[in-house]
Amino acid sequence: MTSAQIVSLVIQASYFAAAVLLIMGIKRMSSPVTARSGIQWAGVGVLVAVIATFFHSGMQNVVIMLVAIALSTAVAWYSGRKVAMTAMPQMVALYNGMGGGSAAAIGASALLGAALAGGAEHALTNTQSVLAVVGALIGSISFTGSLIAFAKLQGWMDKTFRFSGQQAVNGLCFLAAAVLGGIVVYHMQPHAIVLFFAASLLFGILMTLPIGGADMPVVISLYNAFTGLAVGFEGYVQQNVALIIAGTVVGAAGTLLTRLMAKAMNRSISNVLFSNFGGGGGAAAEIKGSLKPIEADDAASLLYLAEKIIIVPGYGMAVAQAQHKIWELSQQLIKREKEVKFAIHPVAGRMPGHMNVLLAEAGVPYDLIADMDDVNPEFPNCDVAIVIGANDVVNPVAKTDKSSPIYGMPILDVAHAKQVIVIKRGKGTGFAGIENALFYQDNCRMLYADGQEAANKLIAGLKAMDGGGGH
Amino acid sequence: MIDGFLALYLFMLAAFTGHEIISRVPVILHTPLMSGSNFVHGIVLVGAMVALGEATTPLQMWIGAVGVFLGAGNAAGGYVVTERMLEMFKSSKKPETKQ
Repeated sequence: MTSAQIVSLVIQASYFAAAVLLIMGIKRMSSPVTARSGIQWAGVGVLVAVIATFFHSGMQNVVIMLVAIALSTAVAWYSGRKVAMTAMPQMVALYNGMGGGSAAAIGASALLGAALAGGAEHALTNTQSVLAVVGALIGSISFTGSLIAFAKLQGWMDKTFRFSGQQAVNGLCFLAAAVLGGIVVYHMQPHAIVLFFAASLLFGILMTLPIGGADMPVVISLYNAFTGLAVGFEGYVQQNVALIIAGTVVGAAGTLLTRLMAKAMNRSISNVLFSNFGGGGGAAAEIKGSLKPIEADDAASLLYLAEKIIIVPGYGMAVAQAQHKIWELSQQLIKREKEVKFAIHPVAGRMPGHMNVLLAEAGVPYDLIADMDDVNPEFPNCDVAIVIGANDVVNPVAKTDKSSPIYGMPILDVAHAKQVIVIKRGKGTGFAGIENALFYQDNCRMLYADGQEAANKLIAGLKAMDGGGGH
Repeated sequence: MIDGFLALYLFMLAAFTGHEIISRVPVILHTPLMSGSNFVHGIVLVGAMVALGEATTPLQMWIGAVGVFLGAGNAAGGYVVTERMLEMFKSSKKPETKQ
């Protein structure tokens, strides 16, 4: 064997090792016990592949390559370290968009190379040309779409942007991209390639503009799957098996994750992409009863007497940065030998599982956190349920009122608890703008306060009772 | 050359693998996992490096450099945020978190 052959063999072996490490990494990330080592395995996988790539025969522009990698890694590393946990969804969107853009760039480079080599003589097979175009289209959509999603979640942009005939315009734009893509495959002309990319990038923007805040996580997850697929297709163009495998695995996993999320929100993916959320809606049935306020001291005495307490946190709690105080309150309750659990709705927070991350940040152990399906049968045995910053996900209307926009959405059965305390700033409705029937129930009391302030008062109330209660 | 049915088998098996390893994941890990899979397609950096490394015209060089820049951001950013999230997940059964 010549030394060039040995180098090539080592590179191929490194790519194989990378593919194995990436798949094992994702596998390990699917259990909380092994999750942390999972990302580290995957990290080693990418590192091995990147180092091996530098030894490719005839690599040009190595200095530019090193500068681009160093610059980008530094910026991404710093921003990733600094970002607040509540802003995690938009950061995932941003990094994902970059991956999509990178895949599109690979496609652009391959297609331009073929076009410049001149007509039918170029190096790409028909399959390669088609997959380069399809990968570039998907990658471009993921790139600009994710950037719009980032801007929206970051609050840089109006949440929704709609005009009449929008779907027709979007449809035409997609058609243009598809037709131009076909022309590129058949004729390989530089002009057609440029126009094709312009249409694809524009379509990513147009497609994301009308989608509103609550649906954003589903879209981010969908674009994550898109980027994966684009990487897989461009991997075929380059005949790189590591890219094909890693990209396709993420494409499939991302598609499944997107469907799980959409299901948890009671929405179909096409519904998210092509229709508006809560636009007017039918007249909801009137809710009888009244809102009954409670003072913090009285709420504290309810907790003092309770044995089993379930806390239902929502995104409002994280916005008020109350998760640390709520955990402090829980620790006080646990110290008094009460059973405390956190019940999490699948879409609590800004994306599924986001609330778990926010609670973990506050130090809540994950075995105290229960999923909806596990905790729902426990509510009838629960003495006090505390709802903080959650609204629509505990609204029994989702089960009873067919005219309600949230009808059919799975909810936490907080209404079945013996006593419910809702910590809330004011009387406003939730994200969907619907009155919450839970708040009007006989067993429900409203504690009007900011999350942190309420937790502080409850802790103080508990401590006062220890003193005055003859312990 | 990986072509025709061989490529099809490869895509099919990889897709099933992705489906299988995600299908039994608890909701608590959905966000880190989305972020983690986001990191995994950061391997696109390797493809962008090859594109830049084989670039012959200035235009291809620019496109390749942008691709490498974006790919490296995907990989580095995806890794950092995923690791940050996962290092926070603790069980109450471990002694150091007991109160």
